Amino acid sequence: MAVNQAAIGKRFPPFEYEVGKEKIAEYARAVGEDNPVYFDREQARAAGFRDVPAPPMFAVVYSSGSVAPAIFDPEVGINFAMMVHGSQEFVWGEPVCAGDLITTETSVKDISEKGGMGFYVFESVSRNQEGREVVRGTWTNIVRGDS
Amino acid sequence: MNVELRVTPDKYLPHRYAGASGDFNPIHIDVEFAKSVGLPQNILHGLYSMAQVARACTNAAGGDPRSLRRLSVQFRGMGLPEQEIVVTGSVKEEGDGRMVVAAEAVQGDKRIIRNAEAELETPR
Repeated sequence: MAVNQAAIGKRFPPFEYEVGKEKIAEYARAVGEDNPVYFDREQARAAGFRDVPAPPMFAVVYSSGSVAPAIFDPEVGINFAMMVHGSQEFVWGEPVCAGDLITTETSVKDISEKGGMGFYVFESVSRNQEGREVVRGTWTNIVRGDS
Repeated sequence: MNVELRVTPDKYLPHRYAGASGDFNPIHIDVEFAKSVGLPQNILHGLYSMAQVARACTNAAGGDPRSLRRLSVQFRGMGLPEQEIVVTGSVKEEGDGRMVVAAEAVQGDKRIIRNAEAELETPR
């Protein structure tokens, strides 16, 4: 039995995330970022940011609330026990700063099968309160035994 | 320009990263659960390891978070706490104020991130 491709193109409802200064600091500390712009508003402003910027990989924090429901959608039909995160890409646009309201929309970009494994590709597009794209993520999950 | 970063995530790093990222999958934070599904112990979040590649590349380009324009990675193997992660990379293309860096992350002789490619704006 091949993978079910019926969910290709399915779009999920937008997810909103309001970016907080202390959440940026918590994330930056967890991943070992030590650039003072992530912690100090004055240094951030001196560097030309509206407020403390988020490290680029903070994209995970504001977009996962949109991506997770897509991955768990029964219509997509992923067998979680056999799933691994295979690959990931982010393409960044406008910087994200504390105080931003980020809206992320996720869609199923592709479902395919190769060598007995299922490849489930999701695309998330995140925009700020001005409608400018801040990040585009491509999330590829591999499911073993999907054949 | 060469990319190199060394970091040893401590025993509780996966717990802090879970809180910071919101990913509380028990394979990352519960040793007993991880063993029950056939893992040697709790494992690092792949996106934590990807963040180390992002940090290594951004730092090599001068540290400005705006310099990182794109990063793609493949997750391989399993990252483990309390083992040093070594990120290395080298410039593949450079010109017009941008560069493309190829990188990987290893723990010992095990690659945990391979085929990483970063596109960066270079300092002016």
